[in-house]
Amino acid sequence: MDVGNWSHVGPSVLASFLASLVEFVEALTIVLAVGSVRGWRPALIGTFAGVGFLALLVIAFGPALQLIPLNVLQLVVGVLLLLFGIRWLRKAILRAGGVLGMHDEEAIYVRETAALQQEQAQQPERMDWIAVATTFKAVVLEGLEVVFIVIATGALGHNLLPAALGAAAAGVVVISLGLALHRPLARVPENTLKYAVGILLSSFGVFWIGEGLRFTWPGEDLSLLGLAGIFLLASLGAVALIRRATTPDAKALPVSRQGETS
Amino acid sequence: MKALLTALQEVYGLFVEDGSLAVAILLWIGFAALLFPHLPEGAAAWRAPVFFAGVVLLLLENVWRSARQKR
Repeated sequence: MDVGNWSHVGPSVLASFLASLVEFVEALTIVLAVGSVRGWRPALIGTFAGVGFLALLVIAFGPALQLIPLNVLQLVVGVLLLLFGIRWLRKAILRAGGVLGMHDEEAIYVRETAALQQEQAQQPERMDWIAVATTFKAVVLEGLEVVFIVIATGALGHNLLPAALGAAAAGVVVISLGLALHRPLARVPENTLKYAVGILLSSFGVFWIGEGLRFTWPGEDLSLLGLAGIFLLASLGAVALIRRATTPDAKALPVSRQGETS
Repeated sequence: MKALLTALQEVYGLFVEDGSLAVAILLWIGFAALLFPHLPEGAAAWRAPVFFAGVVLLLLENVWRSARQKR
């Protein structure tokens, strides 16, 4: 594949791989927590049911996307992708600035495990639908994000296959590590990944909105790199400003008050 | 019904965390969609960069405001 193709396909594959990596890590944490506390049978039933449900959704609604006019699809997907990506980017900036607590898979694992143990103690004799529902919900929610990211970064630029391969590679990496380690992947630099993914997805979102509104991007597809670069510089500037303005108070806050962890 | 509402809330939560940022972005997109096509032809090359600059400014204003509120 030549450099021109890579500049076209690369951003889709990279965005899809990194975003899916984060989603798979989050789903794996819940599945591991459920499996270790409530048993692997209900955990895996919920997981496979979630994967099956996602497959049905893709089969049912995937072909319908081709019926929507391209510029409408670009606009709708662009808006959703921008909202999705900028949500991550905003949180990443606030975390890097010390305003919010860092996402911690180990802490989430401990919290989920404790909650599941408590529920199990209260209802020991019942069929373990809670365990099934917990993994089903985690897999469907995180999986929906993966499906959305693959469609949003791949389908509109005719890069669906490379984007899907990027997501699949992330799935293979995370599942392999999860099987090998049997513990949450706490060493994955998830906050940094979310920062990078937030920048990439926001850039794709802005780009597709512009395409949907028939604006002309200087450099066409290559402008994606410029958008990502400017998002990066602007967000780094924001982090520096926030740190300078809030550091003494942010340090004084106990971790439990620093807010969101997802 | 409750499960459906919960599912819808979860899906909504995928895209919206700070409602004010989401609303501001949607208003900016609507503004750009309605107004930018009426700008002079010579300004056509600036539509996309100006739209992008608006999004970046909205993000920066939001994180700055959020950081100050959480101090």
